[in-house]
Order: sequence, then C-alpha cells, then structure tokens
Amino acid sequence: MALKASELKIGDTHQEQVAQNLSRTQIVQYAGASGDYMPLHTDEVYAKEIAGYPGVFAHGMLSMGATGVMLTNWVGDGRLTKYSARFTRQVWPGDDLIAQATVTGLVEEDGQQLVELDVVTTNQDGQEVINGKATARVDP
Amino acid sequence: MAEFKFPVDASQIMLFARAVGDKNPIYSDAEYASGTEPGGTIAPPTFVQAGCQYDPSFPLRPRIGEPWFGSGKEATGIKPKEKKDDDSDKSSGSSARMLHAEQQYVYHKPIRPGDELTVSTRRGNAWTKEGRRGGALNFTETITEYRDANGDLVVTATSVGVTTGKAVSQD
Repeated sequence: MALKASELKIGDTHQEQVAQNLSRTQIVQYAGASGDYMPLHTDEVYAKEIAGYPGVFAHGMLSMGATGVMLTNWVGDGRLTKYSARFTRQVWPGDDLIAQATVTGLVEEDGQQLVELDVVTTNQDGQEVINGKATARVDP
Repeated sequence: MAEFKFPVDASQIMLFARAVGDKNPIYSDAEYASGTEPGGTIAPPTFVQAGCQYDPSFPLRPRIGEPWFGSGKEATGIKPKEKKDDDSDKSSGSSARMLHAEQQYVYHKPIRPGDELTVSTRRGNAWTKEGRRGGALNFTETITEYRDANGDLVVTATSVGVTTGKAVSQD
C-alpha cells in the first residue's frame, strides 16, 4: 500500500473529494467528536446576531481533518511525519471540498525516504480553503 | 501553562474519524486494523484536537450550571456587562472574533487506543499584521506536546490563532 520513492516524481498529484454538500449536522458531529463547541460553528442564531456572520461555518479543523483523509488514503496508515494547514477561507454548509496533494520533494533523512507534499483544498467555486504541507515516509 | 491527561480509547477514535468523513476501517475495526502496517487501530492525523475534551480549563465547552455564550432564550447567554469605555471587546465579542489561522503537527509515533497521553501547552510567538479583510490581526501561537506514559513525544502541535478587529468579510 505504501508509496515507493522509486515510483514517485516531482509534480505527481493525488486528488479526492473529501466533502460533498457539507451538512450542518456534520459540523455538529465534528463539534461533539472534537469537543470544540464554539457556537460560531453550530449555533446559527449566535453566528448571525452576535458574531455578525451570514451563518455558521465549519471548524477549520474539520476541513483539515477531511483533507487528512485524502493524505492518509494516499501515503498509507501511520506514514505521515508532518502535516500543516493554513485556513485561507471559510467553509460553509453546502460546500463541496476537493483535496489535492502534489509531490514537491523526495528526500532521505537518517536513512528514511520521505516524500514532501504541497496540500491544497478547494471548494466548489475553485476557491482555496486550505493551503498546507505534509511529509510522509515512503518505501525505497 | 496547563498540563492534563488525555486517555485515548477506541470509541473516541471511531467517532472522530466519522466526524471528519473518514471511512478507513483502521479507525473502527480492530480485526482489520491488526492486518495493516501499524498492526492495530491508530488515530487519524488530526485526532489530538479531541484532547480538549479532557482539558479542565477549555473555554469552548459549556459548563454545568454556568452561563454559556451561545444562544438560548437570547442570542447569547452572557448578559453584556455595564459598558465601560474599553470593555466592549472583552465578553462574547472577542471570542467571536478569534479564529484558527493555522495548525501544524509533527508526528513522532502513532496514537493507539489505551494510550494515556500527557498534554502540556505553552505560548509561542505573538505578532500583529494589518489585515485586508478583518482590520488589525493579532496572531498568537500555542505549542502543545502530547507525550505517552514513558514520557516520549507522540505528537507536537502548533496552533496559530488570530483575533480580528471585526467579523471577517466574505469578499
């Protein structure tokens, strides 16, 4: 299952749809599982009337978690050594998310082959919602 | 800063994987997981976020018997205090403007059901930037280390939060 350095080259990509018509219920589900009950994400009344947003929006960490599904599906279980994300745009109920990883480097560290990836997640309008990086162990 | 214990169990891993939309059976089926490279159930990459469930001082969880800043009868359960000149930003308003800007993880070893992690948190850097969409942006970095029972690092997490002067506009 694991990726092989010998079969990867700079510029290779892997893409997956990681959310389809994101539901408010999934946002609530994430609040419960993560323990982050910030009402901005689950409480429409609070989000509109107190915080001044058009409505609730997803936790950035829900988008990062969903993007991580694409990463682990590609690099394999337990293979990530680093994963980072900047939240560049909010994700709203109804959004579709496409996550893509692009190989930017193949390096060896302490005898271990690693692949370096750029990670970008976009919504249905092609707008970037996550911009990140990841590093994973690969086989020779 | 704070330190607390974070016991990891299989059901929490399963619920977390469901919530991020991950149907990989390594997170829910121990028998399947035993045949994978890690040799058993492990946690998904962003799972340590759930550690806040065990943080006694985590502010974004309602507390039994205490007012909550989300809506109930009113749009917020925290009554605005008598306004002092510079107090307008200190109640629910300021948390409403606190957003998560960036998150970084370094993975040292997999997290498995049965682990009891010790979570310790410290402040990192802080800086200010003039934002395009949200007025002045105040960034603060928080570094959280998750260690196993042997004291070995399991995950190092760096979170960057941003407090904006107003709600971020949707240009």
